[in-house]
Amino acid sequence: MASAQPVDSTRPAPPRRRRHGRRSSLRSWRLRDQITFVLAWTVGLGLCAVAISVVVFFAVEGIQYLRPSLLVTHPSASVSQSGSGGFLDAIEGTVLLGAIGLLIAVPIGVVTAVWVIEYGRPRWLGRIVESTVEIIAGTPDIVIAIFGLALFQLGAFSFLSFSEPGGAFGRSFLTAGAMMSFLAIPPVYTATRNGLIATPRQMREASFALGKTRIATIRRVVLPAVRRDIATGSTLGLARIIGDTAIVILLLGATLRLQSDGALGFLSGTGSSLTSYIYNNSPAGDGNAPDKAYAAAAVLLLLVLVLNWGVGRIGRIGGPPIHAERRLGA
Amino acid sequence: MLERLRRPWSDHRAEQLLGAVACLLAIGIILMIVFIVRGAWPTFSHLGLSWLGSGGNLDNQVGAMVNTSAHPAASAFAFHAWPLIWGTLLTAGFAVLFGLAISLAAAIFIVDFAPPFVQRTMKPVIRLLAAIPGVLYGLIGILVLVPFIDKHILTTAEQNSVINVIQLSGGGLGVTILLVTLMITPILTALITDALESVPRAWREGAIALGLNPLRATIAVSLRAIRPAIVAATALATARALGEAVVVSMVSGGKAFAPNPLDGKIFFLEPVETLASEIVRQADNLSIPVLHSTLYAIAALLLFSSFALSLASYLIRLPMRRYQVSN
Repeated sequence: MASAQPVDSTRPAPPRRRRHGRRSSLRSWRLRDQITFVLAWTVGLGLCAVAISVVVFFAVEGIQYLRPSLLVTHPSASVSQSGSGGFLDAIEGTVLLGAIGLLIAVPIGVVTAVWVIEYGRPRWLGRIVESTVEIIAGTPDIVIAIFGLALFQLGAFSFLSFSEPGGAFGRSFLTAGAMMSFLAIPPVYTATRNGLIATPRQMREASFALGKTRIATIRRVVLPAVRRDIATGSTLGLARIIGDTAIVILLLGATLRLQSDGALGFLSGTGSSLTSYIYNNSPAGDGNAPDKAYAAAAVLLLLVLVLNWGVGRIGRIGGPPIHAERRLGA
Repeated sequence: MLERLRRPWSDHRAEQLLGAVACLLAIGIILMIVFIVRGAWPTFSHLGLSWLGSGGNLDNQVGAMVNTSAHPAASAFAFHAWPLIWGTLLTAGFAVLFGLAISLAAAIFIVDFAPPFVQRTMKPVIRLLAAIPGVLYGLIGILVLVPFIDKHILTTAEQNSVINVIQLSGGGLGVTILLVTLMITPILTALITDALESVPRAWREGAIALGLNPLRATIAVSLRAIRPAIVAATALATARALGEAVVVSMVSGGKAFAPNPLDGKIFFLEPVETLASEIVRQADNLSIPVLHSTLYAIAALLLFSSFALSLASYLIRLPMRRYQVSN
């Protein structure tokens, strides 16, 4: 390998002159390396091109088909695209699912991360919990949905969904939201955990030196320090929840409108989300109204863009994070 | 109650409380296995391992199940999942292969070669691509790509050549692989980029000082150092590809056919169905006992393959521990 650049060493050494820039050195590379180098550039810019074209495509379709009235009218069953109403219910469904999912996922994810990093005893149990999160991250959403269906059709959970004397249907916002939390737990856990690892040990030791217990230190010192990591993780989790379709189709019923069934009003009723609305209005679903699907897709993409922008913002609010120096040093 | 929460907790109690919450996750996974295997039990007890084999037309088998009663005979369970397994292996295999190649090149580009301003724009772009909901890709696939292939790539002669076996409509293996690749590449790229950035700068610079060119230095030093991260990322991406249900069901052609690689170009145009997409397609029929049990068997197979992936990635990473940089 070292003999790959004989040019400079054989030539009588010129007075110390710096090789100018990347371009001149690139010529001395082997052909295969040059090709790989060009390929890396192409792929990198190609990914940018894909992202831009997806956003532009939905922006154009959205401008073409999206009307403000679609956002505030309820959908209705109709053969023609002009008569099938808007997708207010789908937007409400997405918001509701995100809220329920995060309400369950954030406490569990954060507490798990805190326990693993700050306590984690006995050691084997800590390892099991760590690998459990990894397994959850790799479990397909469709399997989670099937599991939710089996779990919530048990008689004991019948109050959570529409039920008949014969048994529960297992389909409602609560059951779908609970299963959605499985999608959000891994990002929340990972972000919190990385934040906790990066928090300097001195912060904890200073608190211990003042006579605080471990749990008081966690509540007053450590958790405030990783607030931003928690927010980032939650936003990533929220993006996964609002982007998921399989769980909505199987566990929310993907009905046209929000329906209040069962003991807990609309929380135990069925409904749809933007993703299932898009699915149902694509040629693959029952509705087959591509115009509506495009309009809803534009709204969904806008939502994702805003969330994505939010993740970037969170990292910068109020100056560098407390553990910034540590990260730079690592 | 609130008053008690506000009082300082004792350390011992707090540790137990937090630990209990953490263990909830493990209990959740165990419950998942129990419920899914219980649902799948009738199928496995009637068919055993022949369930995984091939034989007969899968769509006809499912069609026959729809008409069975609440107390089915043993013969009603007839189902041979091989076309679904083959379809899953094909789509996930190709997608991960392509995705890995693309994301390795992209990550090397982002971390070591892109000028600073490109680097600053690339990272949010990758994050955005990773966050785009799958159903949007599916929508592009079904409304743009499938009609395009049907009109411009698929010829009438090709359609006629297989008309007695299947009907080609544009949707199929090729589009499915393309979309699944698009969906897993950003995740892979993001994970590999993070890992590459954690390699100490001095390692690579040392290699350059020894005479390697910057690209060789990245490949020989940085990529070698992050092998565990690459394995972990690949395992996660494979799990995502295996489990992608909705997008596949939108563009795969809607027929449980096992594409034959010997067919040449048509191979990529033949319809395909994966394990996950079959569940979505039959979601409305879950109330039929036989089909219920069959779909749970499919879910069980998916669940165990994702477990196997996690385990395999752990075992592969074990001997690499020595030289790793990132956790």
